[in-house]
Amino acid sequence: MSTVSHPASALQHHFENAEQQKDASTIGMWVFLVTEIMFFGGLFLAYMVYRQAYPAAFAAASNKTDLWLGAANTTVLIGSSLTMALAVHYASLGRKNLIVLFLSLTLLLGGTFLGVKAVEYHDKWVHHEIPGANFECEGCADAQHATLFFACYFGMTGLHATHMVVGIFIIIFLIVKARKGAYGPEWHTPVEMFGLYWHFVDIVWIFLFPLLYLIDRSGGLKG
Amino acid sequence: MITAPSPVLTKTNYLNEDHSLKGWMLTKDHKRIGILYLIGVTFFFMLGGMYAALIRLELLTPAGDLLESNTYNKVFTMHGVLMVFLFLIPSIPAVLGNFLIPLMIGAKDVAFPRLNLLSYYIYVVGGLFIFTSLILGGVDTGWTFYTPFSTSYSNGYVLTTGLGIFIAGFSSILTGLNFIVTIHRMRAPGLTWFRLPLFVWAHYATSMIQILGTPVVAVTLFLVVLERGLHIGFFDPAYGGDPVLFQHMFWFYSHPAVYIMILPSMGVVSEIISTFSSKKPFGYTFIAFSSLAIAVFGFLVWGHHLYVASQSVYAGMVFSILTYIVAIPSAIKIFNWIATMYKGSVRITTPMLYAFGFMGLFTVGGLTGLFLASLGMDVHLTDTYFVVAHFHYVMVGGGIMGFLGGIHFWWPKMFGRMYPEGWSKLSAIMIFCGFNLTFFPQFLLGYMGMPRRYHVYPAEFQVFNTLSSAGAGLLGVGYFIPFIYLLWSLKYGRVAGDNPWGGSGLEWKTSSPPIHSNFEVTPVVTQEAYTYTTEEVSHHVNG
Amino acid sequence: MAEHTHHVVPKRVYFAVFAVLIVLTWVTAWVSTIDLGRLNLVVALSIALFKASLVVFFFMHLAYATKLTKMILFSGIYWLILLLFITMEDIWTRGWMGVPGR
Repeated sequence: MSTVSHPASALQHHFENAEQQKDASTIGMWVFLVTEIMFFGGLFLAYMVYRQAYPAAFAAASNKTDLWLGAANTTVLIGSSLTMALAVHYASLGRKNLIVLFLSLTLLLGGTFLGVKAVEYHDKWVHHEIPGANFECEGCADAQHATLFFACYFGMTGLHATHMVVGIFIIIFLIVKARKGAYGPEWHTPVEMFGLYWHFVDIVWIFLFPLLYLIDRSGGLKG
Repeated sequence: MITAPSPVLTKTNYLNEDHSLKGWMLTKDHKRIGILYLIGVTFFFMLGGMYAALIRLELLTPAGDLLESNTYNKVFTMHGVLMVFLFLIPSIPAVLGNFLIPLMIGAKDVAFPRLNLLSYYIYVVGGLFIFTSLILGGVDTGWTFYTPFSTSYSNGYVLTTGLGIFIAGFSSILTGLNFIVTIHRMRAPGLTWFRLPLFVWAHYATSMIQILGTPVVAVTLFLVVLERGLHIGFFDPAYGGDPVLFQHMFWFYSHPAVYIMILPSMGVVSEIISTFSSKKPFGYTFIAFSSLAIAVFGFLVWGHHLYVASQSVYAGMVFSILTYIVAIPSAIKIFNWIATMYKGSVRITTPMLYAFGFMGLFTVGGLTGLFLASLGMDVHLTDTYFVVAHFHYVMVGGGIMGFLGGIHFWWPKMFGRMYPEGWSKLSAIMIFCGFNLTFFPQFLLGYMGMPRRYHVYPAEFQVFNTLSSAGAGLLGVGYFIPFIYLLWSLKYGRVAGDNPWGGSGLEWKTSSPPIHSNFEVTPVVTQEAYTYTTEEVSHHVNG
Repeated sequence: MAEHTHHVVPKRVYFAVFAVLIVLTWVTAWVSTIDLGRLNLVVALSIALFKASLVVFFFMHLAYATKLTKMILFSGIYWLILLLFITMEDIWTRGWMGVPGR
């Protein structure tokens, strides 16, 4: 059982017991996630307003994204959620090596996701699809308003990617601590709390994918 | 006038236990963090006040003789930004909430002390950004940053100020988060929800608003910054962007924000009135639930800021009805406070004067809000000085009265000293009179048609404007005097003792100033809230 | 009060949820290429909502969490709905009533 770690007590002085502390952390993280819902929510609102106003422009612009690459990337991200859930699972059991393994896999998959996004962004840049002075949406219906779709695209995926980058830094920190045996059955709160954050970022993407990549893929609107 | 210092408070407490700079700058003690915020908000209040002085000086005469129009635009914008985001929003929660909530619930600290310290530094950084933009030349868009002026046409430092507000918003969010978790999970044994002081209920409701609303203004400003910095056209009509969308997103937060500014004040008033009537607040449950109702309904009315902004008439009607409804919980509080004083042993102390001031001024402000809630009247009154008078009555007459009342009420607890009652009562009265002289004429000006945000006006408006500016002078003096005697009291004030006012809350059952961990022994609550014993009452009434 | 801290979700639950999520991802991508008219959006969002629920209940352990936690999340979702639909209510009703006097 040498791979099971039992960390020293991390009870902070202003809490009565570990139960209260863990409970407080959990509620705190969920409240934070609610603020994130409202934060992303503003962007979803802008998207909703503009898609409703310019459906043809949004459909045409959405078709400029790579559907299957996006689906593959979604798979990668969901995979990272699985590995994160397993990391939390092993943290609660104190299985040090497995914690490090699954955190590392999460890191790898998350990094892959960001790599693919970088490829997609580069592709957009090459095709002048970044809003600004040189914007053009080749062959797009209602091209004048297509820039709004891309504003939403970059705003939403950019904010999402920023959250992932922050997450990646935290994973690295968690891996370092895990290797030192910091997490075990008595205390693994940081891993669990970060897991909540990472799953939330995954959920945001679960909504972004259909909203940005799947508008009128059958060409129905163009009829 | 006492010339010799009062006895030094020798018993170890949170103030004297560690005099090092690090002990203050890296403190995790909620009480010290509250004091740090007090210094910050006072600084920004004075800065915002200077801008107010410039406004009132310019408006002494009809001609634009003191400031150019561009400069005047910057002056009222900075006044608004500083006062709203760096003073009013943090004021009571970050200063008094931080200091008192753990004490009131019998806890040793808030749930996340390190996060609390981080909140403070985030506030400082946000404040620095805004201060920097001020030094560089300021912003001229109005504190409301309406697009496309703010995104495409303004020559001011929109980016810097916008970023500053964005950053400061996170301080507000984290404070709210901390309070919610603290109130849910850190209450002392026996302290059930309906034994909580109304100050705590008020802050719980406020925290709900901070959590649910602030992120929306954060993302809105984020979009403004993106548009201004990278020319990504979210709100630019040239690309089909909708400036009214900005207004929807901005006011979704900024209307509930005004309830962030008033709910804590109402919590303070509940405590003050109860203590100085030696009576449990009448309708405690109603007051508690009305705080929650204001927080919830406050999110449903933001469209009343968009009545003339090409929002649909149908939506305007819906928002109008909801705005009338949201006034009801506030009115409930006023009636309950009055009923609390009925047949109570009322003592007229300085905090009580501020509470009276609150009730009168907030009532006027609230009622005039109903004029504005009416679609038809708003068409005439919007963007006039009527609106300016309305929101100053509620935010200053309500918000600041509560803040000052709270400071005067809990000053003995925070610092162990009393301040000179004569001077404190005098300044309270000066503030009340100066305030009314400043802002009541503005109702009349607005009704007569004087528009806001203009540095010139027709000559027929001069009399009221001059009265208003005179009032502002008196108000300024009234605000300045407490600054002097409160600082004086820190060294020379009479020693206060644990419970100088005869208050009933847990905070009065520990020493003044409290020890680092607040209580020698964690209290166990067995009584209902606001239990005043007759012995305690007669001791404090009869001196 | 916090029984969930001791509840260990079996790994097979995670793998099962993962499998469903992946299948649904490719289903939603494939369905989008078929013309269902207005239903395309409904189907896509329904699938997304279901996927999100799986992540929330099983990966984020909400199924085993306290009532308070559930209330917190519910409030967040509810407020998002308020933001989205009350704003859209303005836009959708723009043509409903004329402006008085015109």
